[in-house]
Amino acid sequence: MPDAPYGVATPPGMLHAAWLVARKDLAIEFRTRTAFFSALVFSLLGLTIFYFAWDVTAVAAIDLAPGVLWVIFTFSGLLGLQRSFGVEQADRAVDALLAAPVDRESIYLGKALANLIFVLGVQAITLPALALFYNLPLGDVALPLAGIALLAAIGLVAVGTLFSSMAVNTRMAELLLPMLSLPFFVPIVMAASGSTARLLAGRPIAEAWPWLRILVAFDLVFVVACTLAFPYTLDE
Amino acid sequence: MNNPIAGDSVAPHRSVKKDAGWITVAALVIAAVYARVIFFTPTEATQGLAQKIYYLHLPAALNAYIAFIVVAVTSVVYLWLRDPRADRVAESSAEVGLLFTTVVLTTGPIWGKPIWGTWWTWDARLTLTLFLWFIYAGYLVLRGAITEPEMRARYSAVLGILGALLIPFIHMSVYLFRTLHPMPIVLKPERPSLPGDMLATLLFSFAAFVLVYLALLRARYRYAEERDMLAALDGEGR
Repeated sequence: MPDAPYGVATPPGMLHAAWLVARKDLAIEFRTRTAFFSALVFSLLGLTIFYFAWDVTAVAAIDLAPGVLWVIFTFSGLLGLQRSFGVEQADRAVDALLAAPVDRESIYLGKALANLIFVLGVQAITLPALALFYNLPLGDVALPLAGIALLAAIGLVAVGTLFSSMAVNTRMAELLLPMLSLPFFVPIVMAASGSTARLLAGRPIAEAWPWLRILVAFDLVFVVACTLAFPYTLDE
Repeated sequence: MNNPIAGDSVAPHRSVKKDAGWITVAALVIAAVYARVIFFTPTEATQGLAQKIYYLHLPAALNAYIAFIVVAVTSVVYLWLRDPRADRVAESSAEVGLLFTTVVLTTGPIWGKPIWGTWWTWDARLTLTLFLWFIYAGYLVLRGAITEPEMRARYSAVLGILGALLIPFIHMSVYLFRTLHPMPIVLKPERPSLPGDMLATLLFSFAAFVLVYLALLRARYRYAEERDMLAALDGEGR
């Protein structure tokens, strides 16, 4: 709204407002880079530790990779989600956010979008690292794998953003966020690693379809439910 | 505490006695059910005495489901009407439901060991029950982590509703997981349609468990009510 005179600016539309919130969060993250960098290092560390936690002569890397990948994405995602509303706690920045003339739903969608970009960024670097460290030909299945990663990330972020908003207001935020989120991540991790395993084994994508259907349904149900539930997690 | 309203404490006292009455009745009915289970219900042909735990296991599981449905419904009611009573019912029902789920998860392995030959197997229904336990344990931890009552009620209601939405997804994924990786371990043997005697005992036991659920729910509700009352008095006193 560049041309609106001072003081009578029209509030932005829902999606535009969401984008503004997301951009704000991404700008903070881009300037500090603390969360992204730690989530990334955490992911790479996870890959390495998991590799040594199994006897690689007994378990082939290709059988190990799908589970490792999704467990790591889940936990590194939690690091970013923890921060999502954590940054709003400082100086009660959340009050300014709530005072802004935008819908609560837009704030949620913006926060979720920033978290989605965060998680996808971590995935974009971890996946090639997995291919490198575990010596897997991921190039052949890059596109369907990216699709699975996107579907899973949407579900993770939808639920995680909502719980982040709740957990920051409690006495034990760091413990509570994983405790609330992980049961919700179970279907996602099972579906994502199940379909990744099928892809890596060179099976036709149709075999992963039952899992993908669960992922898509999860995304639809929880994006809607969490958007509607979000206003209830804010102080009125 | 030198509080003028403290004289009202006669009322809670009376309700505590009433709760004790409910619980006693429920306990007596359970005892009657078990007398029937042990002495008047035929022993199952292949499983022998081990099958008797069925009359404890299944009713507990059904009542856990009932309890969690009550949590979801009262959570919706709370967000809609903002009535603290709905929140108290949700709180109480979640705790009693968690207790029943614990009973299911304890009696299951005790039954599974002699019949399946293993304490635990990642059978779909077992896995689902375990995750139910995790969801509602998280729910109660969330309640414990918030001191402000209105906020606690709101957050718990959100989680109570989302938890109910999650159950079908866990259900679908654990069944899909099992069909993709068939397990070599003995699965639950197909039950022949239950003979009349056993069915009657089962229904009797189910009714007894509903009674236990209601008695515990009521007692737990009173506790929540009195705690909130005390907190309100405490707030006024300062």
